[in-house]
Amino acid sequence: MQFQFDNLSEFFNMAGHGPYVWVCYLVTFIAIGYLLIAPIRTQKKLLKSYKRQEQVAQSENSDAPASVTEAKQSW
Amino acid sequence: MAWTWFHQLGSPRWFYEKSTAWLPWLISIALILLAVGSIWGLGFAPADAKQGNSYRIIYIHVPAAFLALAGYYIMAISGAIGMIWRMKVSFVVLRAAAPIGAILTFVSLFTGAVWGKPTWGTWWVWDARITSMLILFFLYLGVMALQNAFESEDAANKASAILALVGTVNIPIIYKSVDWWYTLHQPATIKFTEASTIDPSMKYPLLIMVIGFYVLYATALILKTRTEILQKERKAKWVKDLALAS
Amino acid sequence: MTTVNTQQSKGVVQDVSFWAGFLATFQRDITLAYRNQGELFNPLIFFLIVITMVPLGITPDPKMLAVLAPGMIWVVALLATLLSLDGLFRSDFEDGTLEQIMLSPNPLYLTVLAKVVVHWLVTGLPLTLLAPVLGVMLSLPAEGYGALLLSLFLGTATLSLIGSIGAALTVGLRKGGLLLSLIVMPLYAPVLIFGASSVSSAIEGIGISSQVAVLGAFLAFGLMLAPFATAGALRVGVNG
Repeated sequence: MQFQFDNLSEFFNMAGHGPYVWVCYLVTFIAIGYLLIAPIRTQKKLLKSYKRQEQVAQSENSDAPASVTEAKQSW
Repeated sequence: MAWTWFHQLGSPRWFYEKSTAWLPWLISIALILLAVGSIWGLGFAPADAKQGNSYRIIYIHVPAAFLALAGYYIMAISGAIGMIWRMKVSFVVLRAAAPIGAILTFVSLFTGAVWGKPTWGTWWVWDARITSMLILFFLYLGVMALQNAFESEDAANKASAILALVGTVNIPIIYKSVDWWYTLHQPATIKFTEASTIDPSMKYPLLIMVIGFYVLYATALILKTRTEILQKERKAKWVKDLALAS
Repeated sequence: MTTVNTQQSKGVVQDVSFWAGFLATFQRDITLAYRNQGELFNPLIFFLIVITMVPLGITPDPKMLAVLAPGMIWVVALLATLLSLDGLFRSDFEDGTLEQIMLSPNPLYLTVLAKVVVHWLVTGLPLTLLAPVLGVMLSLPAEGYGALLLSLFLGTATLSLIGSIGAALTVGLRKGGLLLSLIVMPLYAPVLIFGASSVSSAIEGIGISSQVAVLGAFLAFGLMLAPFATAGALRVGVNG
């Protein structure tokens, strides 16, 4: 097994097919990144907002629940 | 006793806490497999005799198409489990699986179109597999649209589960019909390269990428399910404790 | 899925009560459709207008139209069926009849089947009968008419059956119409493929028995399964 291209610029060019190949890999990895990162970020945001609500609810020292204002996350 | 795990799996809390331990492993395995497979496929696998380097798109196109199809079945099966055993988590999985499947279907359509340009000289061909994939994409969009249309979450879950099951019954029929339709209309101007026997040096990276996509799918599904659980269970004490501890 | 109230049917031959429910729904819906004749003609007028648009949009050249005719007539028949589907359960849902139907001891499967049969009688069948006229307008070759009638006859019934699932799923939604088309149309693809191709094959002089057999199989399959799915979907849609 050996590297199939003589140098890096040839690797990016891929005998003319480079743009097609690289665009595909770029789009795919953006999609993969979105699939992994988006839910992690939403989770963090949700936990943060719950924490704030909980702290407000506790500091008010009353039973009145904090208003639930966090927007329902849409897929 | 043997079925305890099954009932535990139905509890959102159990699922959330267990998956916290699995996730780092899953993410790293997925990323390593995808990285190894991509580099191998892009740089080290030999170029195809007929298609040259453009065939390297196969290493993402085929796994994405696999998962797009498998994802629909995963979605429908979890919907069925939810309808039959009233398991909370399975409906959450159903909700999470639809957008992931739609994205993977889109990826496979997009890479197929871009691959078509250097190979067939055109972006879009009404090829049997492409057409079936497009219809699969519409089926995913339908499930997602139906989920969002209901105000009651319970009704949304059940309705989309029924639609997913109806779709599952239909998918083989659609595939066979489109296949038949294509053999009838096959245009003579476009020559397709037959699925010739693929050389092992090209096959190993493909195998790695397919496994990588499966692990990735599982990871994405678990991540999305956890997010949905956090929203669904926001009134539960364990979620509040979790938030305070974070 | 269907529940039979056995307490009530004691001493009664069950088959009779089953079909009594079917017949009652059938008669009621036929009467209702007959009284709303305006709605009855709407899909037909739609069918006619869209087919008129085809030569305007493409070309009046008879040769070209003859090539397009089988597919165009089939696609438009599909759209006309789709447009009429939204009303399948809507009025019954809004005035509460649907809840009464679901509470009744008659199997929901048969009630749904009766409603679908009526829907086909008032949309699919007239569309089938109107199709030859449109074939003339699009200069469909003479060999195609038999196949057109036969394929639409079998195909529109399947379309009504599949569509009833979508209509039931969206019955509780205020803006169900467009969503209904969105979720049902991908499921229509196989029927369209075999329906349109049977007409083209007939024109080319190839046998159409295989296509007609497949359309018949779709219809049999639909008759078996679709009312079950529709009944389940109605329970979800009505009870929320």
